[in-house]
Amino acid sequence: MEAVGSVLREYGCEQSLLSRPDGSATFLQGDTSVMAGVYGPAEIKVSREIHNKATLEVILRPKTGLPAIQEKNQEQLIRETCESVIIGSLHPRTSITIVLQIVSDAGSLLSCCLNAACMGLMDAGLPMRALFCGVTCAMDNDGTITLDPNFRQQKESRAVLTFAIESTERKVLMMSNRGVYSATELQQCIAAAQIASEKLFQFYRDFIRRRYSKS
Amino acid sequence: MAAGFKTVEPLEYYRKFLKEACRPDGRELTEFRTTTINVGSITTADGSALVKLGNCTVLCGVKAEFTAPPADAPNKGYVVPNVDLTPLCSSQFRPGPPGEEAQVASQFIADVIDNSQMLLKEDLCIAHGKLAWVLYCDLICLDYDGNLLDTCMCALVAALQNVRLPSVKINEETGLAEVNLKTKHALKILKHPVATSFAVFDDTFLLVDPTGEEEGLASGLLTVVTDEDERLCATRKPGGSALAAEKLQECISRAITRHKEVTNLLQEALASVKSE
Repeated sequence: MEAVGSVLREYGCEQSLLSRPDGSATFLQGDTSVMAGVYGPAEIKVSREIHNKATLEVILRPKTGLPAIQEKNQEQLIRETCESVIIGSLHPRTSITIVLQIVSDAGSLLSCCLNAACMGLMDAGLPMRALFCGVTCAMDNDGTITLDPNFRQQKESRAVLTFAIESTERKVLMMSNRGVYSATELQQCIAAAQIASEKLFQFYRDFIRRRYSKS
Repeated sequence: MAAGFKTVEPLEYYRKFLKEACRPDGRELTEFRTTTINVGSITTADGSALVKLGNCTVLCGVKAEFTAPPADAPNKGYVVPNVDLTPLCSSQFRPGPPGEEAQVASQFIADVIDNSQMLLKEDLCIAHGKLAWVLYCDLICLDYDGNLLDTCMCALVAALQNVRLPSVKINEETGLAEVNLKTKHALKILKHPVATSFAVFDDTFLLVDPTGEEEGLASGLLTVVTDEDERLCATRKPGGSALAAEKLQECISRAITRHKEVTNLLQEALASVKSE
């Protein structure tokens, strides 16, 4: 029996739905949905190539309007997270581009983007040393933690923390947050996120198994 | 010989030092560079500060202007931080529109201002729904040598404490604002957030206050912002090598001690301005 709030919203995924990218995926968490397209390893401009690893680029497109400074910030967070798991040294002097299109935002957007990016990378078959997943926690005034909050819960909470957890040792790859909280609360959130990540990784595994066992 | 070794194998060069728990510049792993704070450096600004962390230099100027309050919050003013990374500070920046690093830094500082509640935006409102202050906080990097966020945060807090706003009255007959430059008052700064940055080397060594060189070689970066109540206003870890929860706790403890060091320095710097 799980306590109220310690469960993730319903999540789902679909892979290879676009024909042009080398890998694509959509990820749904409740009403939040993000579509990812991954291109690469592909040719790159000489000025941007790195001699010993692949150049990674993340483009985050908002649902409406042009990308603003907030999107730039999230792009950087997602890029650095992906960079730490992709074994770029296997494809030096190439480019890997991840395009994320926000389809609908109903809270926990950054974690949904991370999950979509990971699914897209898997579909593209890029070599990775570990998988990662994004988990968002919202904290109320009395310190109760809600996992994967929706838009309203996120707005009413005192602090919102987003983590990227890697699959091998459940360590924290990325961390970004809003609001004030104490060190112990941070540790509680990390622990909650690590538990939630188990479920997501199990989902990843089941999903991939189902997909490849069909044929 | 050593210089040649450093050029050819910079990472290996660093590892040799880290094994002995020290750094090429003679610091220990948990030691900050010399921090220098100068408050009120620009007389034409409403508040200003120059902060140096070793070589890394950031100048913060605060300019206050009148504006109409936002429609959705008629009792609030604005604080607009902007980080400028000019070609002057490092060869990695080009002239033109702000690059990603500058935008990310601006966003981070704006987030810290919001999260920490360091000043109430309601205090910046002059007349409900009609007139409010907007504080443009321009942070200009003069010398880029790593740990930009810590230097910027420190400069921002120092400059905001230095701000003196003239008193303003609304003339009832004409409906215009009358500024009295003779009576000036300081802003109410409720919290003093201090940032502490770490670089992770080879997934094991944690280096506090990384230099530009160390940031380039590190496998991950982490910034923790704390306030005087030992609460965290922001933690930022953009990817890089994975960290276990215990390592994070170490960083937080270091950040809390750093907060005390910076607070003392800030008070000294502010006291020196007052006594002049």
